[in-house]
Amino acid sequence: MNARKLISMVALLGLSFSIMAASVPEDKIDTLRLAPLNVEPTPPAMQQVINSDVKQVRNYPMQPPVIPHKIDGYQIDLKVNKCMQCHARTSTGHSQAPMVSVTHYMDRDNNFLADLSPRRYFCTQCHAPQLDAKLLVENDFVDIDHLIKATKPAKH
Amino acid sequence: MLAKLFEKLKLVWTVVNRPSVHYSLGFLTLGGFVAGVIFWGGFNTALEVTNQEKFCIGCHEMENNVYQELQSTIHFTNRSGVRATCPDCHVPHNWTDKIARKMQASKEVWGKVFGTINTREKFEAKRRELAEHEWERLKANDSLECRNCHNFDYMDFTRQSKRASQMHSTSLASGEKTCIDCHKGIAHQLPDMAGVEGF
Ligand code: HEC
Ligand code: HEC
Ligand code: HEC
Ligand code: HEC
Ligand code: HEC
Ligand code: HEC
Repeated sequence: MNARKLISMVALLGLSFSIMAASVPEDKIDTLRLAPLNVEPTPPAMQQVINSDVKQVRNYPMQPPVIPHKIDGYQIDLKVNKCMQCHARTSTGHSQAPMVSVTHYMDRDNNFLADLSPRRYFCTQCHAPQLDAKLLVENDFVDIDHLIKATKPAKH
Repeated sequence: MLAKLFEKLKLVWTVVNRPSVHYSLGFLTLGGFVAGVIFWGGFNTALEVTNQEKFCIGCHEMENNVYQELQSTIHFTNRSGVRATCPDCHVPHNWTDKIARKMQASKEVWGKVFGTINTREKFEAKRRELAEHEWERLKANDSLECRNCHNFDYMDFTRQSKRASQMHSTSLASGEKTCIDCHKGIAHQLPDMAGVEGF
């Protein structure tokens, strides 16, 4: 009886020490929360997406192109895919939008399907409209073209 | 009991059927006119009442489905603060059209009584059919309700996005297409669109 009490006391003590050791001073915590837990700060105003209808240059050949128009209220679910109203093969005549490329009709074994491949159905998984916002972190991506140019010995 | 009622009815009939001896023709004409005005007014008032959004969303079928969806669209809140309510898009403003629509509304009362869409599942199952009625109506009247607010003659294409102005200055301007051909699902979620032209 007594021994058991002792053991559990020691265990509890150990536990509380380990918790104390784990706690870090407040200013050392990196958090996205800029207000105390119990305060709901007013979110910043939503920015408008770029709706310029001007296609953006892709940064690398496999990049899904960004969407150059707004997509507010465009429904993509089991019932309907609004994007395909303009981007389907048969729609490009009236919409003058680029057709989804042939990769969107391929399954994972590279078979060509008659219709949109299920893995490409939810367009906004890969394609996103853009904001004219300042970068949160600096981007040090270097285009492959520049890399090739930099490593090539100067010819003249 | 029944016999008594029959007697009463008979009495009423004889009174109504007897030529008027106490009232002049003038009074009767005037009275008829006044009664007519009251009736007409009441009729119009009834129309006014049924022409408000409050009336429409009085039915949970309308409130729980389409009204909820409308709230996240541009026709509920926008930078100009102009709201489109249900009757703006669904009840023609022209008086004769109005009556025609009200006659159709009786079908909705029928639907209410028999619960054709009284659950979300039933509503979703019937949605394509209901939407098709609306598309048909808007197609037939050249999207009259949309044009009540959006006047083609005053659209400034230079202020529209390129995608919009390109469409509006071609298919719309030529009269080949009307608003609802391109702008389905502008106020509510769309049903299964398999087989609908353009999708
Ligand atoms: C009303 C017709 C229409 C609809 C609906 C539409 N698009 Fe577009 N989209 C266009 C047109 C037209 C372009 C060509 C550039 C422009 O005019 O904006 C385009 C361009 C794009 C591009 C750029 C292609 C490139 O090569 O740079 C992407 C990506 C795209 N759309 C994705 C989408 C997605 C995803 C959706 C659904 C959320 C969608 N679009 C819905 C008409 C449409
Ligand atoms: C799994 C990611 C993915 C999904 C989902 C996806 N795309 Fe793409 N999309 C890409 C990639 C990657 C490219 C560029 C390379 C290519 O063409 O395959 C691309 C290219 C495009 C292009 C440009 C085609 C061209 O030839 O210029 C359009 C337009 C487009 N996608 C539209 C759509 C639409 C609409 C949908 C939804 C129906 C969709 N995409 C779904 C990844 C995706
Ligand atoms: C008595 C309850 C009730 C009220 C009030 C009501 N609705 Fe409905 N509404 C229904 C039901 C039930 C249906 C489905 C009818 C059916 O099954 O065909 C319906 C269907 C509709 C449809 C589909 C159209 C069609 O022809 O199939 C529209 C549009 C509509 N209502 C708009 C309105 C508007 C606008 C108002 C206000 C002016 C309104 N409703 C008021 C119950 C109501
Ligand atoms: C009560 C007036 C009214 C009616 C009726 C109306 N609209 Fe609108 N519509 C507006 C207002 C107001 C806006 C928002 C204008 C703004 O602030 O940009 C708008 C915006 C739009 C937009 C722009 C959407 C966007 O994302 O920019 C489209 C498309 C549109 N309406 C189509 C329609 C169609 C189609 C109909 C008929 C079914 C219709 N409207 C009926 C008042 C109306
Ligand atoms: C041939 C197809 C077509 C027809 C017909 C059409 N529109 Fe549009 N409309 C578009 C496209 C595409 C856009 C831009 C994409 C979007 O908003 O989804 C657009 C955008 C709009 C906008 C927003 C403008 C902007 O700069 O973004 C309004 C408002 C609008 N349409 C109203 C109408 C009205 C009202 C009618 C009928 C008088 C109509 N449209 C007929 C295709 C059409
Ligand atoms: C801006 C115009 C507009 C407004 C405002 C509007 N509707 Fe609709 N409604 C439509 C159009 C267009 C359709 C045809 C289906 C579609 O394209 O989504 C429709 C379809 C419907 C349907 C058939 C079912 C469906 O989802 O297709 C019902 C029911 C309905 N509306 C009721 C209402 C009620 C109730 C309100 C008010 C809370 C309302 N609508 C407000 C334009 C509007």
